[in-house]
Amino acid sequence: MTPQPNGPTPDSAPVPVADTATGPTGDRAAGALIDVRGLTVDFPAGDESVRAVDGLSFRLSAGQALGIVGESGSGKSTVAAALLGLHHGTGARVSGSVEVDGIDVQAASVRELRRLRGGTAAMVFQDPLSSLDPYMAIGDQIAEVHRTHAPHVSRREARRHAVTVLDRVGIPDAARRSRSRPHEFSGGMRQRALIAMALACEPRVLVADEPTTALDVTVQAQILDLLHELRTETGMGLVLVSHDLGVVAGNVDDMLVMRNGRAVEHGPVGTVLAAPREAYTRELLAAVPRVETPRTPVATAGAVPASAPASGGDLLLEAVGVRREFGRGKNRTVAVDGVSLSVAQGETLGIVGESGSGKTTLGRMLVRLLEPSGGSVRHQGRELTGIRSDLQMVFQDPVSSLNPRRSVGESVADPLRAAGALTDAEITRRVRELLERVGLDPRWYHRYPHEFSGGQRQRVGIARALAPGPRLIVCDEPVSALDVTTRAQVLDLLAQLQRDLGLALVLIAHDLAVVRQASDRVAVMRRGVVVEEGPSDRVYDAPRDPYTKSLLAAVPVLDPVEAAARRAARGSVGALLGTAAG
Amino acid sequence: MADRFRGVPFVAKRLLGAALVLLVLATVLYALFYLVPGDPAQLACGERCSPAQVAQVRGQLGLDESAHAQYLHFLQGLFAGRDYSSGTSVQHCAAPCLGLSRQNDQQVTTLILAGLPATASLAFGAMVVWLTLGVGTGLLSALRRGGATERVLTVLTLAGTGTPVFILGLLLMMAVCAYLQWLPFPSYVPLTQDAEQWAWNMLLPWLTLGLFESAKYARLTRSSTLEVLAEDHIRTFRAYGVSERAVVTRHALRGALPPVIALSAIDLGSMMGGAMLTEQLFGIPGLGRLLIDSVRSVDLPVVVGVVLVIGTAVVVANAVADVLYALADRRVVLS
Repeated sequence: MTPQPNGPTPDSAPVPVADTATGPTGDRAAGALIDVRGLTVDFPAGDESVRAVDGLSFRLSAGQALGIVGESGSGKSTVAAALLGLHHGTGARVSGSVEVDGIDVQAASVRELRRLRGGTAAMVFQDPLSSLDPYMAIGDQIAEVHRTHAPHVSRREARRHAVTVLDRVGIPDAARRSRSRPHEFSGGMRQRALIAMALACEPRVLVADEPTTALDVTVQAQILDLLHELRTETGMGLVLVSHDLGVVAGNVDDMLVMRNGRAVEHGPVGTVLAAPREAYTRELLAAVPRVETPRTPVATAGAVPASAPASGGDLLLEAVGVRREFGRGKNRTVAVDGVSLSVAQGETLGIVGESGSGKTTLGRMLVRLLEPSGGSVRHQGRELTGIRSDLQMVFQDPVSSLNPRRSVGESVADPLRAAGALTDAEITRRVRELLERVGLDPRWYHRYPHEFSGGQRQRVGIARALAPGPRLIVCDEPVSALDVTTRAQVLDLLAQLQRDLGLALVLIAHDLAVVRQASDRVAVMRRGVVVEEGPSDRVYDAPRDPYTKSLLAAVPVLDPVEAAARRAARGSVGALLGTAAG
Repeated sequence: MADRFRGVPFVAKRLLGAALVLLVLATVLYALFYLVPGDPAQLACGERCSPAQVAQVRGQLGLDESAHAQYLHFLQGLFAGRDYSSGTSVQHCAAPCLGLSRQNDQQVTTLILAGLPATASLAFGAMVVWLTLGVGTGLLSALRRGGATERVLTVLTLAGTGTPVFILGLLLMMAVCAYLQWLPFPSYVPLTQDAEQWAWNMLLPWLTLGLFESAKYARLTRSSTLEVLAEDHIRTFRAYGVSERAVVTRHALRGALPPVIALSAIDLGSMMGGAMLTEQLFGIPGLGRLLIDSVRSVDLPVVVGVVLVIGTAVVVANAVADVLYALADRRVVLS
């Protein structure tokens, strides 16, 4: 919890908002902590080179926060790496100037760079598991980094300091846990440990590259709150790189939107989000699913009344008390613990939950890819005993769920061949129809998965699921690997297919906004159990279960003022409940 | 909470499993007695033996019993020891009794124990060479990636892998002993007899076997170091200003060495059965030479004994390698 009273401004850092309102090009004090001018980064690729960053300029004053947003490939992470001179010796060509705390990163000697890294600007990485040394105790790693920047400190003192910073970032029982290795920490605790490593050197600016992307929404909120709290307490600057506009909105003063290596728009976060000047920013904002917006009534335009709850007549699939256990003996875990659900024809049931809640296991049992350990799944009133062609699945990762050695047409044709009812010519014709139906050119039949973008590959996955003519498709995180604009397109495609074909969908996702945008009814899962189920609008607007409430409260919002208010509310709840499991 | 290290119960379990594996191995080898063509008694006695003498030898070797009874006696000798009578005197063969050599009636265990010090001298010394040379070159070529150093080292290691050990040994011997005359032609001196002479005489065999093996280790070290250097946690420490030397020695090496340790343990294990070519080349009276000699003279009890020793060494070395691996990387769960 922040020690000072929470004002209406998103941030209580000493820099006045009016100053930032003059725009990023406005002449701020000469004491800019970070000054980037015309930064251009080229990566050699064969004989040519790829320009990742193209003439980017920005400044950051001490104690300020800058958000850099963009879709994958926009160059935002390259900018973050350039701030610490991480391109030295990698073959990348960097031009323009990068100055951090008066050090010219381009011209700096190895010694100066080492002092800069960690001492002046510390980096927090995306994946906290792979970013820590798996062979070493966490406390030792932090102590090592600390001693790098404070050579006079003894080994023992450094170790004590590591415990202090671990304690500071909210690791319970820090002295004992400092002896743990990274794999013994949960995702949230690992990210806290990485932040503790950054804190150990008392840097002037923290560069956080997608610090919460690998985390669940409630843990994400805790980490973002921690970053905010540390910033107000220590007055360090923050560069927050994220693909998620919501993450950036509540945590920065200025915002920089990047696309193809260039700055599209740059200004105070409130202005950019409320009144974007550039078309691309508007497009990006429009594509962000909002957890507070009810579903657009596209599906009701079809023949089937979509928002009607599953009633006896059009009941398609029903799960009654299904259970699933993994492992034996001491290692036994219950992934799904007695879940009852029903899906009516033509409706969309959303299943939300954090990682490990059992939602994927449940989804696989619904199409019988997994056999339940207990309970039953009924299809139109009859017990489901094996895989059926009218129950299909679309998988999360469009890269690994397609065979890289088969053309996409062949992949889509596989289920038709397996059915054995059609001749080769008929199969080819049908595959071309399906490709067209999901918005792909039928002439791409003979192309291979690596030739397609992420969104296109997911369309192939959808075409493959459609091939046997299913009545229901379980979509397991169908858009979580996609950029926000692509995500919106794939969700639109699913809605359209549902309308045209009267399909029932089960949409499994960790993203609450995605589920709301696309579902008639929602089930919220936690630790293998459905804690709340009901029509989407009811669950989202008037949640009854405390877990649903905490999930919804943790969703990042696009309005900086609202974000600050929510953070304050979370702070007080957190103080009451004690630290939640991180 | 830090996981408690479960090394001891693991080793106990592994050794029990190993004992079973060795028993199966012993049985399979024993079956070989009956698959090898020719009459063992005739072979043991020699070609000019009269039928009566052959029958007498058959009785002494216990070959007149049924296969079943012979097997039980073999197992009995293995676990409890057995007695052999040679007409007048009775020879007792103590607990892990592997039988008598058919060549000279000596106990197989005695022959093995006589050869073991020479073999162990060779194997451990060679390991020191391949660990220092192999790991050193591997590391160097990983760190100098893309440079001239790496290209030279790559050619050298390729040449090393491609040169048969006896060619390497002969070339070394010709260069060092015949041409330069820095060392006398090696002849084995036991360590217990004269440590200095032992070391001087073992120098060439160590270098030969160590050089040959180090090519493999250089390649393994290089690839596993490069793999670790590409990992995210290395980037973290670089991004925190940790010096390149500390990054390599404290973080990269720690991740790169476990596979090297594991392979070393296995190689060492299999060399305990004798690095045959090297022993033969330098006239080292080790297990490798014993094995070659006994195969040549169809001395089956000795063959079975040496193969069992190799099996034991490999199995034990494997268990030790697993424990070392788990000690280095605590994510590995011993089970």
